[in-house]
Amino acid sequence: MSDHPTGIKRWLFTTNHKDIGTMYLWFAFTMLFIGGAMAMVIRAELFQPGMQVVNPNFFNMMTTLHGLIMVFGAIMPAMVGFANWQVPLMIGAPDMALPRMNNWSFWILPFAAIMLVAPMFIGGDFMAGQGPAFGWTFYEPLSGQYDKLAFFIFAVHLLGFSSIMGSINIIATILNMRAPGMTLMKMPLFVWTWLITAFLLIAVMPVLAGVVTMMLTDKHFGTSFFDAAGGGDPVLFQHVFWFFGHPEVYIMILPAFGIVSQIIPTFARKPLFGYASMVYATAAIAFLSFIVWAHHMFTVGMPAAGELYFMYATVMIAVPTAVKVFNWVATMWKGSMTFEVPMLWSIAFVFLFTIGGFTGLMLGVVPVDFQYHDTYFVVAHFHYVLVTGSLFAIIAGVYYWLPKWTGHMFDIRLSKIHFWVSAISVNILFFPQHFLGLAGMPRRIPDYALQFTEFNQISSIGAFIFGGTQLLFLYIIIKCIKGGDKVSDEVWEDAKGLEWEVPSPAPYHTHATPPTVK
Amino acid sequence: MEPEVIAKTRVSNKKTAGKLLIIVVAMFGFGYALVPLYDVVCQVLGIGRFADIESGKYDPKAQEQLVKDMAANKDLTRNVTVEFITVLNGGMKWEFKALQKEVVVHPGVMSTVDFYAKNLTGRDVIAQAVPRILPGNATKYFTKIECFCFTQQIFKKGEARNMPLRFMVSPALPKSINTITLSYTFFDTQPVALK
Repeated sequence: MSDHPTGIKRWLFTTNHKDIGTMYLWFAFTMLFIGGAMAMVIRAELFQPGMQVVNPNFFNMMTTLHGLIMVFGAIMPAMVGFANWQVPLMIGAPDMALPRMNNWSFWILPFAAIMLVAPMFIGGDFMAGQGPAFGWTFYEPLSGQYDKLAFFIFAVHLLGFSSIMGSINIIATILNMRAPGMTLMKMPLFVWTWLITAFLLIAVMPVLAGVVTMMLTDKHFGTSFFDAAGGGDPVLFQHVFWFFGHPEVYIMILPAFGIVSQIIPTFARKPLFGYASMVYATAAIAFLSFIVWAHHMFTVGMPAAGELYFMYATVMIAVPTAVKVFNWVATMWKGSMTFEVPMLWSIAFVFLFTIGGFTGLMLGVVPVDFQYHDTYFVVAHFHYVLVTGSLFAIIAGVYYWLPKWTGHMFDIRLSKIHFWVSAISVNILFFPQHFLGLAGMPRRIPDYALQFTEFNQISSIGAFIFGGTQLLFLYIIIKCIKGGDKVSDEVWEDAKGLEWEVPSPAPYHTHATPPTVK
Repeated sequence: MEPEVIAKTRVSNKKTAGKLLIIVVAMFGFGYALVPLYDVVCQVLGIGRFADIESGKYDPKAQEQLVKDMAANKDLTRNVTVEFITVLNGGMKWEFKALQKEVVVHPGVMSTVDFYAKNLTGRDVIAQAVPRILPGNATKYFTKIECFCFTQQIFKKGEARNMPLRFMVSPALPKSINTITLSYTFFDTQPVALK
């Protein structure tokens, strides 16, 4: 089997899609724990009113870096990792289209991550909180006052380069390297969602690069895009940022839709209900994501006509999203359902993501948003879609494909414990935050009024359980890599798709001769 | 796979990558294009700095005429409260306040209020005050005839002085608005290179 270099050189110089996919996934996992540790600091501080654990600036730095690390370090790289592993396997390609660029787009990431967190350690006092502390949305004019802003800006530039190269690679692979007979409308839904996601990335990552470049020139070269002293406008920043930011949230959820759309048919033992409508719904969501950005900024003082337009357009997204949710439910309807671990996570995804979708609808309604804006209700909303949405789908995907990657079945008893403890604790963690928000607790504050204490304590207890349980996930994965029951090539009973036709574990090179697709 | 198929795929991969790269460059440009686009939208809607323009800020002749018209229609029966808020940007070490917290004025009648500022930074500062009016739709009915925000203010180290604001509220101010809040934020322009 040693048809490839071994040791460190294998990983540094590899152009193999499986190696690179593995590196992406491990990188994302590492970042999940770093960002998760920061979340633990946040919840520890919020366990009681008053200041106990860290000072306010350190707290703000934690919320900022937690958000940035989870978005750009954990969720996005994990999805790219899945794409690297699975897209060639699922479309019958021997590798990614541009393997050398693939290597580069991964190896930029660790350096970007280091640049992002480095300012925490530069300067005198670590506990003073010297890193970026302006929120993950880095609104001007606050972010413009940060003296080590250049670290942040160049980290974002690098992350952008990595994502853009990764996306170009994925699109080229899907468009040019499908096995004969694999027409676009025969592609597995995971491949479809990634094709659309990659186009979203290509369209908006350059805008993000543009906005941070404007910040850089404002700060160091005397331009005044956002600097009001020179005639600029901080509200312009919010528009440009959210033009990137809203498609970004779909970048994080569309591949999750894809993963779940692979898993549910397998364990319902029925083909995906409404395949074509799923494809069109994904495309519709992607299109709508470009024309709704200002619903993040209803309170900046827009004219009523603007508020109404952005409200209607936003609420319209519920239509294609509901098409998806109903299709998943219809796939399960009268299926021969079994509840293997990936299926448990997927069902939890459908249920809990829908809660996040509903709170999103509430936030999209202008008069209501004026009340909820920048409260814990928003925090609860986006954690339901990102944790119980994207992250649950990622975990589901890991359990679904891990036996194919390693050739071993994971420890089913432990993984069921992992699921149930996570599914319960994540609700203890985030559900009370809805109530906190409705009662008026603002987000991004290290201290709060006394009446918020109980719900914050419940939330923090949930957070410690949920965070701790993910260590079990790490243990389960390591145990599965080291050994376990051998699995068949098919792994799951009657699983459909090209990835189940290659041996388990998937050999280093697969589909060297293109498979035939009926 | 046959070598010629591999070679063909390689060529089409490069072509696809090239086309996608064009999209990337175009979208980077689009990000910058949003800046003038934003200006156009503000102009069409008459918001942001364009509301200021309607109040006659940039055209002294038009402003003179505007003030004359407003004075001709003055409404001594109506009271409008104008409140003043002063803000220092980013922990700037200055003293800055309005000598009156609020004044009650009649539409079409000129009023003067003094603002006081003192430079405590320990160096010479070129400062710029940026006004903002709330509610936003009152902006174009609030005409500043003389304002320290029209130009950059040079303050020597430790210098203190009063700066006047002369303004007039338009009789056309919608009846629903009885209170106007004028907020000034002072910026130290040092971080911005002098142009």
